[in-house]
Amino acid sequence: MAAQSTQISKPTSIPASKYVTLRISKFNPKKESSPKFIDFKVPYQKWTTVLDAILHVKQNLDHSIGVRYSCRQASCGSCGMKINGRPALACFTKIIELNSDVITVEPMNNFPIIRDLVVGFERMFSTHKKIKPYIIREDSEITPGTKEFLQTPEEVEKYIQFSNCIKCGLCNSVCPTMATDSSFVGPQALAQAYRYIADTRDKGKKDRLKIIDDSHGIWRCHFAGSCSQVCPKGVDPAMGIQLLRGYLLGFRS
Amino acid sequence: MRESVIMKIHYGTALAAVALVAVHVLFRLTQNFAESLEYESVIANYQFLPYAGMLEIILILLSIHGFNGLRVILIELKQGRSFEKSVTYGCIGAMALVILYGSRTIFLTSMGMT
Ligand code: SF4
Ligand code: FES
Repeated sequence: MAAQSTQISKPTSIPASKYVTLRISKFNPKKESSPKFIDFKVPYQKWTTVLDAILHVKQNLDHSIGVRYSCRQASCGSCGMKINGRPALACFTKIIELNSDVITVEPMNNFPIIRDLVVGFERMFSTHKKIKPYIIREDSEITPGTKEFLQTPEEVEKYIQFSNCIKCGLCNSVCPTMATDSSFVGPQALAQAYRYIADTRDKGKKDRLKIIDDSHGIWRCHFAGSCSQVCPKGVDPAMGIQLLRGYLLGFRS
Repeated sequence: MRESVIMKIHYGTALAAVALVAVHVLFRLTQNFAESLEYESVIANYQFLPYAGMLEIILILLSIHGFNGLRVILIELKQGRSFEKSVTYGCIGAMALVILYGSRTIFLTSMGMT
């Protein structure tokens, strides 16, 4: 019998890199009075993301660039920023899809800048906590003698898209009400309020509706819809907000 | 008052005002525009009691809707407990004044005291 040989083909050569200008907003609010842009020439391939390009700069050209990231796969919600003026996840945006020789990266709007591209999430996390983002009920699946709480596919369908939220804050950064109302609860938290209220296992609807039915709560949404336009996870906060209003106006129970 | 109750009143007054203003506009179409603005015809409207009643209701609906709208705009522009309290009471006061002054005009005119 002829001996079988496994041939490991040589890796095909990596195509030569092209270059793009990465314009990064640099700003340390503790030391400077206004942001400034610094340009870097960065090589890229067709798979290079904006985050890869920023990390290239950080490794090779300017170690001081402030950027936050973790998963590099659109799961942790850390790397939201304005890319060519539009809020997006840097790890989920490829250089080639931007179709531009200059890529400008800036911190997200409506968040306080910590340094360069890093913003503070305190307000978003506190509004998220405020709407009680967990199942509220007396009994538990782990109480002996109780059964798993079952749901039909239709019941899951009602809230499943909202549970994809990774708390990246892109929706809050484009919300016009967030820009002027420092007490507004925001699309991220409102979408999560809907996510739990629409969950048939949850019994906290009354509590949550009371929390969002405030002078800086759900009624301050003007339905601009930008939140849903920028969400990288396909969540539709604007729709969640309208559905929540249905509960408060008595159209839904 | 809960914000949802206020907003139900806000939407309700808007819908009712649109309906009544439509009736008002339709009445105006029974005459030509210049004629409908003549002194006698304006006074005649006020002295026709159901019409004067409708104008009074429109005045109340628009004042409630308008001043709540103003409150909403102002609390979205600036926050703070004392600011929001003064906006709320200021709007309620201004609304009451507009309704009182408008009602006085409607009442006096419909009584023929012009
Ligand atoms: S709703 Fe979308 S955009 Fe908003 S925080 Fe969640 S994942 Fe990000
Ligand atoms: S690094 Fe985690 S979402 Fe981009």
